[in-house]
Amino acid sequence: MPTIWTYADVLEDKLTSLSLEILTKAAQLGDASAILLGSAPDDAVQTLGNHGAKKIYRCADPIFDKHLVLPAAKVLEELINQHKPDVMLFGTNYTGRDLASTLSARFDCGALTDVGELEARDGSFVATIPALGASYQNTAIHDWQGTKIMLARPKAFEAKPVGGTAEVVEVPAPSDASLTRVTVTDEVAQKAEGPSLEDAKVIISGGRGLKSAEHFQMIRDLADLLGGTVGATRAIVDAGWVPYALQVGQTGKTVKPSIYIACGISGAIQHLAGMKGSKTIIAINTDPDAPIFKNADFGVVGDVFKVVPQLIEEIKKRKRA
Amino acid sequence: MNIAVCAKSVPTSSVTIEIDPTTKRVIREGVPKELDPAAASAVEEALRIVEAHGGEVTVVSMGPADAIDDIRKALAMGAERGILITDVALAGSDTLATAKALAAAIKREQFDIVICATEATDTYSGLVPGTLAELLGYAPLTFAKEVKVDGNKVIIHRQSQSGYQVVEAELPVLITTTSGINEPRYPSLKGIMGAKRKEIVEYKAADLGLDGQVGEGAAREKVLAIGKPPAREAGMIVTDEGDGGVKIADFLAELKVL
Repeated sequence: MPTIWTYADVLEDKLTSLSLEILTKAAQLGDASAILLGSAPDDAVQTLGNHGAKKIYRCADPIFDKHLVLPAAKVLEELINQHKPDVMLFGTNYTGRDLASTLSARFDCGALTDVGELEARDGSFVATIPALGASYQNTAIHDWQGTKIMLARPKAFEAKPVGGTAEVVEVPAPSDASLTRVTVTDEVAQKAEGPSLEDAKVIISGGRGLKSAEHFQMIRDLADLLGGTVGATRAIVDAGWVPYALQVGQTGKTVKPSIYIACGISGAIQHLAGMKGSKTIIAINTDPDAPIFKNADFGVVGDVFKVVPQLIEEIKKRKRA
Repeated sequence: MNIAVCAKSVPTSSVTIEIDPTTKRVIREGVPKELDPAAASAVEEALRIVEAHGGEVTVVSMGPADAIDDIRKALAMGAERGILITDVALAGSDTLATAKALAAAIKREQFDIVICATEATDTYSGLVPGTLAELLGYAPLTFAKEVKVDGNKVIIHRQSQSGYQVVEAELPVLITTTSGINEPRYPSLKGIMGAKRKEIVEYKAADLGLDGQVGEGAAREKVLAIGKPPAREAGMIVTDEGDGGVKIADFLAELKVL
C-alpha cells in the first residue's frame, strides 16, 4: 500500500473542506496520514480520522500561526526525510502553494499543481491536470524517485466521512530562529455576505457587462429571490466593484453549485476554470459568440439590463401566484 | 533599494492559447504577446517603492528571444535595466527549472527585494515565486494586496480566504503581488523613447551554469498525454425577443427551482 500524506489547514477555526477532500482521496489510494500544524478546532483529529487519516502528525505550537511558511516547511522536510511517504499532497490554495513550492526547491524535486484527478497506476501516480483554464487536460506523472509533491484543485475530489479513527503522533516544534523571519502581526476578517460561495446551491455572478458597480445590486436582488449567493469575475473585482471574496475563477474560488447564472460574463478561461463544474449553467450576454454560451445549458443573447429585471419580476410574480 | 521584478511575456488576452500536441507545450511562436498584466502590476509596485525610497528596478524575464519587446515595455514604464534569459535549451522547463534559471540570474547581482506576480496569466501554476524565494534564501511575502517598506522591513497585506493578514519580514524578501494590487501606469512617450537606450543583458543557460538542469530533459513533471476535456453537451441558446427573462424563469421552473 502506498503511503500518502496530506496537509490539513484551518480557516476561521474550521478544517478547510479542501483538506478533507484531499484526505478522502488519499485514503482511497493508500495509507493516508494528515499533517496538522498550529491551532486547530477541538474536533480536528476526530474529523481527520473520520475522513480516512490513519495517522495524524500533530504539533499545536503557536509558531505555525505566528510565522508563515518556514516553520511548517521545516517540519514537513524533516518528517518526509524520516518517513519517506510516496506522495505529499497539498490543496491548491495559499498555504499549499507556499509550502509545496518551498519543498520543491528544498528537495530539488519539483511539484505537480492543479491536479484534478489522481490514480495509482502500475506503481506510479498519474495525475489529470486541467490546463489553460480547463480548455485542455494533461495526464502527467511526477518523475522523481523521492516523495512526490502534488497540489490538488479545490472540489476535484469529494470529501466523504468513512468512520475511522486516527493515531496522533506528536511532533516537536522547530526552534531555529531563522524560521521566524515571516511574521503575522494582525489578521483582518472581511465577511462575505450570504452563504459561502463554496457551499451555495445557487450562484448568480456578474461581470463587466454590468458596466458599473451600482448595477451589481440586481445580481444581489436575483440571488436573494433564489436563495443563492453572489459571485463575480476577476475583471470587476480588479475594478474594485466588489470584494475579492466574491471572485470565481482560477485565481478566486472554485464553485460547483446546482445552478450558476452568469450575467454579463463573456466567459474568459480564467472564469470558466472556476465554475465549469456547475451542474446547470445559465448565461445572459449581448455577444452571441461569447465563450460562456459554449458552456451554458441555457443561454439568452440579450441585454442584461432588460433580461435580469424581467427575470426578477417574473420570479416575484410566480412566487405570489 | 535594488529591486528585481520577474516579468513574463505571455500571449495577449485576446488570443486563445493552444498547446502543441507533439511537444505538449504552449504554442508561443507567431502568437501576439504582451507583458503579462500581472507582471505589469509587479513592475508598478516596484517603481512605487523606488520612487519613495530610492534605488532602481531591474526586470528579469525568461522566454523566447522576442520577450525582449516586453522587457522594453517594462523599461518604458520606468524600470532601469533588463535581463533576458533565453535559450532553446530552456524550452520545456518546469516550474523548478524556471525558478533555477531566474535564481541564477538574480544571484549574480545584489537585490534587496524580488517581486513576482502571484501567478502568470497564461499558465497559472503559481509555484515559481515560492521556489525562487527558497533558492535565493529570501523571506517569502506572498499574496500581497498592499506593500509598505519601512527601513529594512517590508510589511504586506496578505490576501487570505477570509480577509487579509498583516505580515512582515526583514530584507531581503521576495514579494508576490495579487492582480488587483494597483493600476499599472501607461508608459509616457519619454519613457518609450528612453527605454530604447536602456541596457538589456542576455544570458544563455550555459552562462548561468544551468546545463543539464533546465529544459524538457530535466523536467520532473512528465506530461504523458494531452487532450481536450469531455465537451459539455450543447445547451439551448435563444435570442432575447423581449421575453428572455420569462424564458429563464420557465427554464428554472423546469429545473423545479421555481
